[in-house]
Amino acid sequence: MSSRSGDTPAPAAPAMTNGSGAAAVVAAGFGSFVLAVAAIAADKSAAIKSMMNLYRPTGPLSGVTTTAILAWLVLWMVLELRWRNRDVAIKPAGAVAFTLLALSLLLTFPPIADLF
Amino acid sequence: MEITTHGLWTLVHGMGFGALYLLACSGAVVELWRRYAATELSPISEREEGFLWAYLLAMMVLAWAAVLTGTYIVYPWYRAVPPAGTVDLAGYPQRLLLSSPATSGWHSIGMEWKEHVAWLVPISITMAFAVFSKHRRNLRNHPELRAMVLSFVAVSFLAAGIAGFFGAMIDKRAPVEGGPSIRLIQGESR
Repeated sequence: MSSRSGDTPAPAAPAMTNGSGAAAVVAAGFGSFVLAVAAIAADKSAAIKSMMNLYRPTGPLSGVTTTAILAWLVLWMVLELRWRNRDVAIKPAGAVAFTLLALSLLLTFPPIADLF
Repeated sequence: MEITTHGLWTLVHGMGFGALYLLACSGAVVELWRRYAATELSPISEREEGFLWAYLLAMMVLAWAAVLTGTYIVYPWYRAVPPAGTVDLAGYPQRLLLSSPATSGWHSIGMEWKEHVAWLVPISITMAFAVFSKHRRNLRNHPELRAMVLSFVAVSFLAAGIAGFFGAMIDKRAPVEGGPSIRLIQGESR
């Protein structure tokens, strides 16, 4: 989708801090990780499994995903408020976020989750 | 030619929302990779910027629609518990899969992974949409941020692919069926 002659060129990009973006990235990694950890916890503990059963037809999956979504959104809101007007060290923040996301991918894989 | 309401919802969830999301991923990756690279010198038009914003918004809606219909509409039918003494497990996909060692892995590995990993998709693409909405063409000035958005979209593609693969394979072996039938076309008897 290269620029066509009839398109209006966008005005020059204003200088922006990276804080909001970093907040969104870190929170997404964290939310994904909470999902994986909550899924393992619900699988291993009968008490947590029962607690996660928010909607009976769906079972514990309803609580696992709701917990993860709430954790993700709360952290996102907190980080957004703290970082939105500043530049943060995006490389370490990104590395933490991506590591958490990659771990989530692995920890949701049942043979790995069963190791705990 | 008929389809049951449970079958129709499964189709909407998988072939509608899920498959469309998978198809859309490559477009988002290419656009973010090609047009928003710091080394790309040609200016980004407002039309291009607006297109990618709408594209990511559509992907986000598809991702949420896929996991919400999957988790709260289709999955309860999948995990329905048959009454004691039921011999024909056709209407109880989870129990049907678990009834044979040849198919139990499709539930214990396939569905167990799919039901959780699929939720990484809306989280990742919502983040991508939020970052793009905030930065838009300014993303060119933040190559590390762009790289993270690209990475998360790529992982969301992988997660959606895993969920889609297992969804399709499980539905082949133990389809989610039931509910009132909807007649699509009147067939001819021979």
